[in-house]
Amino acid sequence: MSMNLTEIIKISEGKVLTPELNTDINIHGGCCADLMSDVLAYSRPRAVLLTGLTNPQVVRTAQMADFRAIVFIRGKKPQQETIDIAIQENIPLISSPMGMFELCGKLHDAGLKSYEHNGSD
Amino acid sequence: MDPIRPQTEQEKFGRHRPLTDRDAHEINRIEELSYDLKVREVMISNVITTPPNVPVSKALELVRVNRISGVPVVHDETLVGIISLEDIVRALQNNELGEPVQKYMTTDLVTVNTFDSIVEAIKIFTEKRLGRLPVIDEHKKLAGIITKGDITRGILLAVQRDYKEEEVRRYRASHLFDDIVSDRTTLVLRYNIKAGDFTHGGNASSHIKRALLRLGADSQLARRCGIAAYEAEMNLIIHTTNGGMLKLEVEPRKITLSTTDDGPGIEDIQKVLQPGYSTATDKVREMGFGAGMGLVNIQKCVDKMEIESTRGKGTKLLMRIAVPSEILNSNKGSS
Repeated sequence: MSMNLTEIIKISEGKVLTPELNTDINIHGGCCADLMSDVLAYSRPRAVLLTGLTNPQVVRTAQMADFRAIVFIRGKKPQQETIDIAIQENIPLISSPMGMFELCGKLHDAGLKSYEHNGSD
Repeated sequence: MDPIRPQTEQEKFGRHRPLTDRDAHEINRIEELSYDLKVREVMISNVITTPPNVPVSKALELVRVNRISGVPVVHDETLVGIISLEDIVRALQNNELGEPVQKYMTTDLVTVNTFDSIVEAIKIFTEKRLGRLPVIDEHKKLAGIITKGDITRGILLAVQRDYKEEEVRRYRASHLFDDIVSDRTTLVLRYNIKAGDFTHGGNASSHIKRALLRLGADSQLARRCGIAAYEAEMNLIIHTTNGGMLKLEVEPRKITLSTTDDGPGIEDIQKVLQPGYSTATDKVREMGFGAGMGLVNIQKCVDKMEIESTRGKGTKLLMRIAVPSEILNSNKGSS
């Protein structure tokens, strides 16, 4: 079952960095990586991306791979260019104080499925 | 096994009938629509209600005349209970049809909000085995009522709407090529990519993906092309001396992506095709690229990839993607 982004924001104790974008959206699963090539190769569409990287390429990667939102871990704040592209491409950005392991665990416990795959399809 | 009962899918195909990509796509689509649909869009808003102080016989009359199975009880515009057929039957058994509704109504109410997605209502219906749910608005007032039938109807209408929109989109796309007559029509988009321009990295691929969607490609095809274009674009930014050109060619049945640059060229092509082989700098790696996966990823996304390179002269990368015939030619029969 999918999860609403507002619930993910609540669980991750996240701060929304793109208040102009709608967060009442449906997220089908989660994928975490700091390697953008891994994200491109091993993710399924309509997921949330959890990452420690904050450069504009993260948003481009998310856009190409049809992600619906991005959560930056450990309270990281991206540069303005990243936020600008995210607004333009309608991909909400969230900053969570949690570390990657903790955040993944909490979201998985709450029922968010893994949308990473091993490359077999 | 019961001889009359028809075989279920599970029995026919075994316990682990593989879920195909298409199945997954369809399931997701319905799930998706269910999340987008709000309770207020499918509920019935002209609700027949009753005050709490009238006799149960009045409620019975409402149920009978309107052929409904229960009536919300409202006092001062606030929902205070619901009186169902079962409640009325209880009153009847006690021979108390003259007693006020409030004596027999159910007050332990489960409600949904107008702004909830219908998935919320589905969850409650599944867990509590209720027949109908009162719907409450922002001011906690009764706004309507929702049944499983309303939900089914809402989803069916949404699926139909969705299907029509997609038909129109594909119709337009297929006709772009139908209306222009030539022996071979090709739409070509060219993008100049600057070496080292990381800030704009991905802009061209972003335009490519959008163009394909605009032309009627489905999301899976656009995603594959977008990813291949993006990896190729990043390669031009990361590895070339003077940048290069990223080109998209769209024909009715195939898509060709290509990059050309004038150096420095690849020393050993076999090596760059090995997963994990990389010549990228730390700066590139810090951005999440340069893990030696670029060309490997591209190969996974496209149907055919060719690479030609001469040290000191430059590299040509060619990627071909076949367009499934149902996408750009879905209206051939009707035109």
